Amino acid sequence: MKIAVCLKQVPSRDSVLRLNRAGTWIEEVDISYEINEPDTYALEEALMLKEKHGGEVVVCSLGPARTQQAIKEALAKGADRALHFDDPAFQGLDAWATARVLAQGLAKEEPDLVVTGLQSDDFGFAQTGVILAELLGLPHSTIIMEVQVTGRALKVKRELESGWFQWIEIPLPAVLTIQSGINKPRYATLKGIMAAKNKPIQRLGAADLGLDAAALVPRQKITRVYVPAKRAQTEFFAGTPKEIATKLVDKLKNEARVL
Amino acid sequence: MFAFRGVDYMEIDSLFSDEEKLVRQTVREFVDREVLPHIEEWNREGKFPRHLVPIMAELGFYGANLHGYGCAGLNNVQYGLIMQELERGDSGLRSFVSVQGALVMYPILEYGSEEQKNRWLPALQQGKAIGCFGLTEPDFGSNPAGMRTRAVKDGQHYVINGEKAWITSGSIADVALIWCRTDDGIRGFLVERGTPGFTARDIKGKWSLRASVTSTLALQEVRVPACAMLPGAQGLKAPLRCLTQARYGIGWGAIGAAMACYNEALEYAKARKQFDDRPIASHQMVQEKLADMITEITKAQLLALQVGRLKDRGRADFAHVSMLKRNNVKMALDIARAARDILGANGVADEYPIFRHMCNLESVYTYEGTHNIHTLIIGERVTGIPAYK
Repeated sequence: MKIAVCLKQVPSRDSVLRLNRAGTWIEEVDISYEINEPDTYALEEALMLKEKHGGEVVVCSLGPARTQQAIKEALAKGADRALHFDDPAFQGLDAWATARVLAQGLAKEEPDLVVTGLQSDDFGFAQTGVILAELLGLPHSTIIMEVQVTGRALKVKRELESGWFQWIEIPLPAVLTIQSGINKPRYATLKGIMAAKNKPIQRLGAADLGLDAAALVPRQKITRVYVPAKRAQTEFFAGTPKEIATKLVDKLKNEARVL
Repeated sequence: MFAFRGVDYMEIDSLFSDEEKLVRQTVREFVDREVLPHIEEWNREGKFPRHLVPIMAELGFYGANLHGYGCAGLNNVQYGLIMQELERGDSGLRSFVSVQGALVMYPILEYGSEEQKNRWLPALQQGKAIGCFGLTEPDFGSNPAGMRTRAVKDGQHYVINGEKAWITSGSIADVALIWCRTDDGIRGFLVERGTPGFTARDIKGKWSLRASVTSTLALQEVRVPACAMLPGAQGLKAPLRCLTQARYGIGWGAIGAAMACYNEALEYAKARKQFDDRPIASHQMVQEKLADMITEITKAQLLALQVGRLKDRGRADFAHVSMLKRNNVKMALDIARAARDILGANGVADEYPIFRHMCNLESVYTYEGTHNIHTLIIGERVTGIPAYK
C-alpha cells in the first residue's frame, strides 16, 4: 500500500508569539517550528499501516526551506521518501490553494491512501484534507479514530458529537483526516535520524507541477489578527443563595464558557 | 515545575544542523515524557530507573558517537546534545549513559580484541548488558597512578586483588572494566559479574546522584583468563583517554542541568509576587542573577560547541576537554545555587528540580577529574610546567 502523509510545519506550541507589524499574522523570525500535532498522529497511523500491510510512506509538505526539518523528522521516524513543495508562489496560500498544490503533486504518485491531520494548529481551518480529496476525485472521511484495512477498502471509525462514534466503509484510494490522540507517535531513533540522511527529498516548485501564481491566488485572506483585550469586569448577583448559584452557573457556562 | 522551551539567547540553534536538532528533540521528548514526571520520586527513594535502560537502548543512546556494532554513529555535537538533554533531566541518568558509552563501550572498541568487541559491544549497545569502569580506589582519586589493585599473571590467567570506589553502576553491572597494576604497567581487565571473589556493595547515604547506583567493588583472588585483558591498553594513558571521552559529555551535560535551573528560576521569578503585587523578576538584584545566568549558559554553549566541532575534526585534545568540563560544571553549579536563591524557601523543596540538580552537580564537580585537577591541566598547557604535586 502506498500511503501519502500530508503534514505541515507550524510554530511550536509553546512559542512566545508576537504579532507582525501589519497585524495580519505573527512575527515568524525568532520562533521555533514543529510538525503540526494532528499530523504527527496521521504519520504514526501511516507508519503502523505500513508495518502491518507493507508498502511505502511518502511524506508531502508545503512550505519554505525550514520545512525540511519537519520532513527530515518524518523520514527519521520511518517514512521512505518525501515531496517538498517549495516555491515563492506557495507563500501565504489558503487551504484551497494549498490543496491544489498538494493535489497536483500527489496526482502523479497515485497513492492508495492519503492521510493528514484533522486540522492545523496555526490556522485550524480543517479544510485542506477535505478539499484535497475533492480535487483528487477521491472519497474522504474525517475525524478518524481507527483504521482497518479490508482488502481494497477501509473500515474506519469516526468521532461524532457527544461521545458518539460511527463506523463506515470506504473504498480505496481515499483520503482520511486523522483525529489527535488516536495512537502514540514514536520517537525518531538516533539510527533513524542518521538513516534519514540518505532518503530522497524531492523538491517541487510551481513550474514542476504545471502551476502558475495566477492559479493559486488565495480565495481567503486574513485581514486582522489581534490579541483579545483583557477587561476587568465585576458583576454582583442578588437574590437567595439558590438563585445566585443558578445565575452563577449560567454565567460560567454560557458567558465565561469555563464549565 | 515549569515547561521547558529550550535556552537560546544568541541564536545558537542556527549553528546546529537539522540532524543535530532532531537528536536533541528526541532526547528532550524522552526526558519530558519518561524522566521528569518521576525523577523527584526516584531521587527521594534513591532508585535507579532500571526500566529506562532498554528504552534508551532502543533509541540508540549508548555509545551513540561510536561506529559499528550497532552504534548510531553520530557526530560529537549530536552526542553532546544527548548528554545535555539527559542531564536536563538528571545528572545521575546522564552518568549512567556516559559510563556505558564513554567508559565501557569506548575502551572495548578502542583497545579490545575482536572477540571482546563481538561479545560485549552489541550487548552493551542494546542495553542487554550494563557496564562499569573501575579506576578510582578508596585512597587514589586524583592520583590514579598510585593505584594498589594488582593483577598477577598465573599461567593462562591473571589473579586480581584490590578495591575500587565510587563506581557508577557498580552493583548492577554485568561487566566491570577494572584497571590494575601489572608487571607490564597498568592494564584493563573485563571482569564479569559473578566471578568468584568479585563483589560490589552500594554506597548508601549519598546526598547526590541519588537516582544512579554508586558502588564499591572488592576483588579478592579474582581469577580471570588472560583473554579478559584489553590487549590494546597499556599504561595510564588508556584509562585517561576514556576519561577524556566521558568528560567531553559531562561538559555538555552540565549545560542541561544549568538550563533546567535557569528556566525554573526565570519562570518562577516572573510568576512569584512580592512587594506591591509585582513579580520578583522586576527586582534589579533578581535581574542581575538572571542576566549572569543566561550569559554564562551562552558562553558554555559556545565552548561546548567549539570543542565538539574540534573533536569531529580530530583536533580536540584532553586540555580542551579539561577547559570544557571545568568551566561548564562550575558554571552549572553556580547557576543552581543562584536559582535556589531566587526560589527562596521553595528552592529547597523537591517540588522544584533545583536542589536536586545542585546536589548532583557537587558530585559532577568532583568526579572525572576534579575542578582543581582540570585547573592544573590547563595550567600545564599554558605554562608548560606540571604542578600536580
